[in-house]
Amino acid sequence: MLRMFFAALAGGLFGAGLLVSGMVDTVKVQGWLDVFGAWDPTLAFVMGGAIIPMAIAWRVAARRKLSGLGTPIPSPSVQKLDPNLIAGSILFGAGWGLVGLCPGPALAASTINGLSGVIFILAMLAAMITLPALRRAFASTGKTAWTSAR
Amino acid sequence: MLEQDWIWGLIGGLMIGGAGALFLLMNGRIMGASGIIGGLVDGSGRANWTERAAFLAGLVIVPALLVPLYGSVDTRLTDNVWLLVAAGLLVGFGTRLANGCTSGHGVCGISRLSLRGMAATVFYIAAGGVTVLIARHLLGVI
Repeated sequence: MLRMFFAALAGGLFGAGLLVSGMVDTVKVQGWLDVFGAWDPTLAFVMGGAIIPMAIAWRVAARRKLSGLGTPIPSPSVQKLDPNLIAGSILFGAGWGLVGLCPGPALAASTINGLSGVIFILAMLAAMITLPALRRAFASTGKTAWTSAR
Repeated sequence: MLEQDWIWGLIGGLMIGGAGALFLLMNGRIMGASGIIGGLVDGSGRANWTERAAFLAGLVIVPALLVPLYGSVDTRLTDNVWLLVAAGLLVGFGTRLANGCTSGHGVCGISRLSLRGMAATVFYIAAGGVTVLIARHLLGVI
């Protein structure tokens, strides 16, 4: 119960931050990506602001084995790149640029984005649901880079 | 950009980072939106689905409660169905293939100096920039 409470609190604060920062505004997000047009640096301030408390949290976490609610602290990050990471990030970035939505803001603004927001979320969920099956299908037909991870 | 935009960006950013810090230090979890959603819908996160669902409930409900304070919020989202479907599919496939998005790889990854997080961020920002360049300035579709 306590886990759910803190999860909801974190999710709520995340959503509030996305709203306050203006990152639910798709044109502002596309403005950050529009280096050759009317460039909008707001996203850099959001990212910078978010990294400060998070960097402190990682330093605190490094001195502990367990989190406040008794779960192990996540293990040190894997310092290894793979084709899935790069190909996936390129696909994600293309979608992000097309409409200015990424998963967090898509949900945070889901009650104000109307039908357009619903269409985006349904397409995103459909892709997320099918990806594991696609990976399995490709893995059985031949070895390709993007099926090997996980 | 209005001068106050970056101030609100910084304040909102601190809130986002505070949320990630809370989730890490209390729940022992990395705050990645695509991973939390993806694990819930593809079944890989079944073991802790209540925690995921609670996070997402907070993420959807709290902004909805705050919107009235602003009067109204215009997210200026396109209503072009083809763009929305294409973007949704790209974001869904891409974030799950890369195991992370702006929050997981960006905020949580960069702050722990993760090579994967930093590389992912470079690639998705570059891809987003190229996409806006082509779709807005060459094709004029966005």
